[in-house]
Amino acid sequence: MRIGPIAGVITRYLFLLSGSPARVLPLFAWATLDVVLWGFITRYLDQVGNAGFSFVPALLGAVLLWDFQTRVLHGVSLTFFEDVWSRNFLNLFASPMRVSEYLTGLVATGFVSSLVGLSVMLTVAWAVFGLSLAAYGAAALPFVLVLVLFGLALGIFGAAVVLRFGPASEWFVWPIPGIVSPFVGVFYPVSVLPGWMRAVSHILPPSYVFEGLRAVAAGKGVAWPMLWTAAAMAAVYVLLAGLFFAWVHRYAVRTGLIARYSAESVN
Amino acid sequence: MTSEAAPVLAVSGLRKAYGAVLAVDRVDISVAQGEIVGLLGPNGAGKTTTINMILGVLAPSAGSIRIDGIDLAAHRSEAIGRTNFAAVYAPLPGNLTVEQNLKVFGLIYSVPRLKARVESLLETYDLLGLRKTKCGLLSSGEQTRVSLAKAMLNQPRLLLLDEPTASLDPSAARDIRARIRAFADTGEAGVLWTSHNMAEVEAVCDRVLFLSRGNVLLEGDPKTLPALHGEKSLEDLFVAVAKETLTGQEPA
Repeated sequence: MRIGPIAGVITRYLFLLSGSPARVLPLFAWATLDVVLWGFITRYLDQVGNAGFSFVPALLGAVLLWDFQTRVLHGVSLTFFEDVWSRNFLNLFASPMRVSEYLTGLVATGFVSSLVGLSVMLTVAWAVFGLSLAAYGAAALPFVLVLVLFGLALGIFGAAVVLRFGPASEWFVWPIPGIVSPFVGVFYPVSVLPGWMRAVSHILPPSYVFEGLRAVAAGKGVAWPMLWTAAAMAAVYVLLAGLFFAWVHRYAVRTGLIARYSAESVN
Repeated sequence: MTSEAAPVLAVSGLRKAYGAVLAVDRVDISVAQGEIVGLLGPNGAGKTTTINMILGVLAPSAGSIRIDGIDLAAHRSEAIGRTNFAAVYAPLPGNLTVEQNLKVFGLIYSVPRLKARVESLLETYDLLGLRKTKCGLLSSGEQTRVSLAKAMLNQPRLLLLDEPTASLDPSAARDIRARIRAFADTGEAGVLWTSHNMAEVEAVCDRVLFLSRGNVLLEGDPKTLPALHGEKSLEDLFVAVAKETLTGQEPA
């Protein structure tokens, strides 16, 4: 893998950001609004709820981490969509850049742009509601790692779907977090789910993060082996998503999809 | 000016089928260093399909493509790294400036000493005054100059041009032709050029290939080929080939 093409993908996105407040604002605006909204809700719940359980690290922390994962997903897919919107596929894929280099560029861009959002969210959560990642102790690292990896996997998967079915399928990417969230127990333990949903939650790495988060908030220990298993599972999902993208790319080259990629011509 | 050295492009038995439809069938193309080869034919003849296969964005059903001696199927990245292209239907992203586009694609093509290379190309293609202008705001002629500058970033051994002068005024088209001719005359690279402007092809190309229904129908010097087939001009020959597409008869 060469650094030049990867830097090309990242640089292009940075150039776009540098000249466009409309692209910078969404990096943190909606996530920050979520933190503010849920911050006040958790503050209210802390006032009326049982002493001994803090809603701030459990609920606000969950919202913050879930929004972070969504930022990662959108970071990857938005970088890809910039190529869709500017009809840049022919220029990109007729270059010496390998698919692995393109994906690495998307992943790096998605990760870095999501860190901007995370930084702003953490600052607001700490300054206004007194929440710090330190509240989760040493578990904070695997929490973030699992969510980053799973967000990247979802972003790559979404990009592959749009590559296969064309720009008109862009709508598919946006609701992915909403579809996944009921299964991973962002706001409630997975034990309240019916059996089939619990079975699904077991193969979704974020479930282990939010279970761990509630355990920390309740003063219990973190199930480290489960958490690291979730990290490994999320890494496998990244690999599978990358392989899926590569498979779709090969299909697109075989059928001529890339050469005639446009909003109206692909189905 | 041509060279006896190994061809920069060697296409052999190229074929592309979409189900029962043959878009390109048993096409052989060779482009030597310093040579400009015109790829001609009516709409739907298979020109762009052929170019897309050479660019690696469309997989052939059969046949081989070697760019500067490197097998495209086996070593795609290395082979494509020795080529570049400009096409009217593949403009550079309009939301980046001229300079930003050249920098980004320079990185993607791993161009050494990129800053100096970009400055040199901005000067060569009269783009210094437009460096901070977004490509989407440029005129057709200016966009073509930017596309050509991008195509020259990696000093390609094979340059693919798909109707580079389409939609340009005569003055801008002449300017572009002169630049491409000068590039080929260095003897370092070959050019594969598609165009529907026969006067342009006659003026610029050393050799032409007529494609019809995915096959190479005729090949030769654009200045002597019409007479060999009983036509007065290259345009007349083109029309005859196009009619052949409709009637299924070979030109005289």
